[in-house]
Amino acid sequence: MSPFATFCLRMGDNALILGQRTGEWCGHAPVLEEDIAFANMGLDLIGQTQLWYGMVSDELGKSPDDLAFFRGEREFLNTLLVEQPNTDFAHALMRQYLFDAWHLPMLDGLTGSTNADVAALAEKSVKEVRYHIDRSRDLIVRLGDGSPESHDRMQAALDWLWPFTADLLARDAADDTLVAEGMIPAAAPVQQAFDWETAETFARATLTAPDGPRRTGGRTGNHSEHMGYLLAVMQSVPRAHPGAHW
Amino acid sequence: MPTLDQMRAVVAQVPDPEIPAVSLVDLGIVRDVALEGETVVVTVTPTYTGCPATAVIALDIETELLRQGADKVRIDTRMSPAWTTDWITDQGREKLRAYGIAPPTVAAANCAGMLSAQSPDCPLCGSADTALIAGRGSTPCKAQFRCNSCLEPFDYFKAI
Repeated sequence: MSPFATFCLRMGDNALILGQRTGEWCGHAPVLEEDIAFANMGLDLIGQTQLWYGMVSDELGKSPDDLAFFRGEREFLNTLLVEQPNTDFAHALMRQYLFDAWHLPMLDGLTGSTNADVAALAEKSVKEVRYHIDRSRDLIVRLGDGSPESHDRMQAALDWLWPFTADLLARDAADDTLVAEGMIPAAAPVQQAFDWETAETFARATLTAPDGPRRTGGRTGNHSEHMGYLLAVMQSVPRAHPGAHW
Repeated sequence: MPTLDQMRAVVAQVPDPEIPAVSLVDLGIVRDVALEGETVVVTVTPTYTGCPATAVIALDIETELLRQGADKVRIDTRMSPAWTTDWITDQGREKLRAYGIAPPTVAAANCAGMLSAQSPDCPLCGSADTALIAGRGSTPCKAQFRCNSCLEPFDYFKAI
């Protein structure tokens, strides 16, 4: 697989898996407004997935639907962060915020891509993602700097999820090739924007990012134990009825 | 075979499937109507990437053109420049307001995805005393506000 296809799959897989996790809140979120917010953000993410998959459909010989529903766990290249389960609403909000804090500068950088299709996709998506982080940052601050219970639950979510941010920011040889071609932004400005965004927000939210080991692996197909269950739910209908139309 | 002007008039009448008070032309979704031989080619720019109405929009335009006498119809999707609420026509904004949806209050370039910078007047009573309830509403493109004067909730079409 070309470095470009690898990159597009990573972007699309991140958006799809987070969109699936987000969609799991539909009908279950603690308040109606947040239920609707998660469902709508899931729609944005799945829409973006279709665009990323569409970019590499020809090279891989698979339709966007095939890429979503007929690949196995080890073939997905999303980060470990997005597949983490919806244990507590605090986890869902923190997972979304950490993803947004990386997604926004990444897309911002991609608007300057030498690949016109990538630049157009990023130009469109970045507008949606600005609204995503506007919401998630606001909730992190309000709940982090809220009641003792909301603070403790947000801090517990941060302690659990922070190690997985290393996977968001990781780069490899495929990325280096694309950076050299001007196709994707270099690692440093994305990392810097992520660091500034999270440092400032956590200070306002009275939360502390933990030290300790960092986790990587999702970008190369080595997932946590939660990924297989997620795919089983997401893929079961198309696999039971391959080629079905309605 | 109808003329190009007639085809344009047909397209201008196709309503948005989610907000039928406004047409797809009012919303700036239809970017171009042209003739290529016997084929009417309509270029559309989708609103939000995940908007469920996108597929319905293409189908509605095609169905209406065929019903009004077009022989062949093709819908092209143009991604760039990305759709923006700045393209909603003045007429479209008035129709939204009359339907009970506050139109965008700022140019897309000035909002940076921040709802705090966009404070719509109540489309029902005109009061400027309104408050945000939630950043998302019945569709991805809208937020929910409340009027502190007439106490009615209302939808706001977010600048993007």
